[in-house]
Amino acid sequence: MIAEAGLAALWLAAALAILQLFLAFGPAPLRTIAAGPVRSIAIVLGVLTLFAMAMLMWVFERTDLSVLLVAENSHSAKPWMYKVAGAWGNHEGSMLLWVTILGLAGAALAIFSRRLDKKTLTAALGAQGALALGFFAFLLLSSNPFARLNPPAFEGRGLNPLLQDPGLVFHPPTLYVGYVGLSVAFSLAVGALITGRVDSALAKAMRPWVLGAWIMLTLGITAGSYWAYYELGWGGWWFWDPVENASLMPWLAATALLHSINVLAARNSLRAWTVMLAMVAFSMSMVGTFLVRSGVLTSVHAFAIDPKRGTFLLALLALYVGAAFVLFALRSGKLAEGPRFELVSREAALVGNNLLLTVILGIVFIGTLYPLFIEAMTGAKLSVGAPYFNAVAGPLALILALLICVGPLLNWKTGSADRLKRLAIPALIGVTVLVIAIFAIPQGGVLSKLALGVAAMLAIAAFLPLIGRKLRRAPLSTWGMVVAHFGVAVALAGMAASTMLTTEVLIAARPGEQVQVGPWLIEFESVTPTAGSNWTALEAELRASRGSGVSVLRPQARYYTSPPTETTESAIKTVASGQLYTVLGKPAEDGRWQLRLWWKPFVTLIWLGGALIALGGALSLGGRAWRGWRRERQR
Amino acid sequence: MKKLRFVPVVLAALVIVALVWRLAHPPDTDVQSAMVGKAVPAFVAPAALPGNAALSSANLADGRPKLVNFFASWCVPCVGEAPVLAMLEQQGVPIVGIAVRDRPADLRQFLSDNGDPFARIGSDPESRVQLAFGSAGVPETFVVDGRGIIRLQHIGPIEPGDVQDLIQAVKEAK
Repeated sequence: MIAEAGLAALWLAAALAILQLFLAFGPAPLRTIAAGPVRSIAIVLGVLTLFAMAMLMWVFERTDLSVLLVAENSHSAKPWMYKVAGAWGNHEGSMLLWVTILGLAGAALAIFSRRLDKKTLTAALGAQGALALGFFAFLLLSSNPFARLNPPAFEGRGLNPLLQDPGLVFHPPTLYVGYVGLSVAFSLAVGALITGRVDSALAKAMRPWVLGAWIMLTLGITAGSYWAYYELGWGGWWFWDPVENASLMPWLAATALLHSINVLAARNSLRAWTVMLAMVAFSMSMVGTFLVRSGVLTSVHAFAIDPKRGTFLLALLALYVGAAFVLFALRSGKLAEGPRFELVSREAALVGNNLLLTVILGIVFIGTLYPLFIEAMTGAKLSVGAPYFNAVAGPLALILALLICVGPLLNWKTGSADRLKRLAIPALIGVTVLVIAIFAIPQGGVLSKLALGVAAMLAIAAFLPLIGRKLRRAPLSTWGMVVAHFGVAVALAGMAASTMLTTEVLIAARPGEQVQVGPWLIEFESVTPTAGSNWTALEAELRASRGSGVSVLRPQARYYTSPPTETTESAIKTVASGQLYTVLGKPAEDGRWQLRLWWKPFVTLIWLGGALIALGGALSLGGRAWRGWRRERQR
Repeated sequence: MKKLRFVPVVLAALVIVALVWRLAHPPDTDVQSAMVGKAVPAFVAPAALPGNAALSSANLADGRPKLVNFFASWCVPCVGEAPVLAMLEQQGVPIVGIAVRDRPADLRQFLSDNGDPFARIGSDPESRVQLAFGSAGVPETFVVDGRGIIRLQHIGPIEPGDVQDLIQAVKEAK
């Protein structure tokens, strides 16, 4: 009955989405009274989808093997946490999570955006209902997560062991909240285009949603990067894999939107551009979902290819993106041009930020889809890899980082460059670091060394906007900006340093042998068998020492029984100056074992930077929410 | 400026057309060898089993079209393919084998378990011949014509349904 209750909730929610759409965009007399009902419907719809998701998690928790999805993807011997999280470790459950977040986003929009004018809000909720309806149809008609299996399976097939990891609990939900949270910005943009009210009130209503989604997207990408880093066992943190790009593209668009929305909120400029970005950001989320779920691109996220589902998703994508962009083409001409601004001004710097981010987005987009275009036109097969992305996007990212130093020091509207003098010291430090890097580090390319210099400059310049302010009275959103920009510097430094300084050793060693990896001396003690609840493993014992003190690392080669799979579990020793990363490979015939050992100086800064960027967003969001709440109370 | 507003629609349409094309033509992950249509690379593979005949590129240009089968005793799909190869041999198709990264003892066991349809078996302990043919895995089978030109590459095990096509290809390769 649990599964049936979930399914019923989904059908009911789909019916409500139709009603919502009809009320918001139906005959004119209906629209005048629609504002209240549409909001209530959006809230009920959100609750229903949440209920359906809870039901799916419940059948997974109980390992109800009469549900097809559970039988195919779960197993009774799995740890409890992974049974529940396994609910979204497969296509159907993951799409249900997507739809649940879409429903909840609509409900939240209905609850929290009451200060927006009624017509725009109603139209936005109608757009949200239209989005929900399409994805409900996708779920119910081609990916029903609650389908029964009769007779029930005797035992489940189990979860892909690579997914049996705390990463599965956090990475998909945060990323999805980010992806789908952008739907609110999309719907608000559509609503505002319909009513023609693209102004600072819209920007202020849209900003918390964009910020919230962007924070989660940042966290999701950062967590995913770290998960891939330690789980896949080859020591990289970003592979320019199509599915990674699919999450990076909405992030780039959302980052641009986050900045242009400030111009719209403060200065009423960049109207058409901001609306366009809001549409592009969620369109990129949908493109990402399509790329991942249809399996059209070859990727390490090897999802099964399913042309039927792919066709359905592509039809939805074409419908929504097409309709939104056509609406933009028809209506954006009616938007008044905003006030002008000088070439040296905060607005101009933010436009520069937007242009650079958009170009980087274009580069990633083209790189991801280029092989497909070429094969369609000439039949030739090729792949686009890290060298292209690094060489083309890297320098632009550095220019962007330099712009971050400058932008926050400029005033709105007027061209006063006085405060730029403050950049002298950071610039001097940046150049010094660059020169030291060139002479002291023999390995590594120019780009990495430049990145290190830029990171050093930005790390200090990020704090300059606080000069001359009383620190305790500076708005939290300013602190948020400072922290996020500092996070960019930290992440950049981590990327540059780990790229240049990583030492890799691949050896075949007998127990008892010693290896030198960077500053570490590693003794290979032994290999012993061990076991967990649904796996057995061979575990190596490595004693790593650097100066004083010894730490023991235990990398494993695991064998899972259901489904039968081999995985490597890396063992990582984190110290202040980096990470020692060890992987146990295959045994050779003569009693030797393959060991892969890396010393990765400062690699942790990459994720620390990502976390700081997200923290900055959270401070900004919290500060604005707090101020809004206080203003409400004063009234 | 006015026309610029239609740029997003046009770009989106382009991308969607490309994605529709991709859905209609699912990606083919098998990479065809660039050697198809060219002469077999020069090689000499020593006999995989002591006392048997070795295999060299000269043997492949002896006027008779034949199948060159890359296989290995450690390759599970090769076990499934063995009866189909036997069927081809019974129908008069000459087959030579190249044992990739194999050991004589294992190979002898494999042939006694699964039958030996091969006129000659060359040993390729380091995959050199395999790479020279532009083959990426086992099993793979090439149709080589009487002049030693590679005419066709079959990736993966030969299924019973492929037999007629392969016989036809060998006939046409005279």
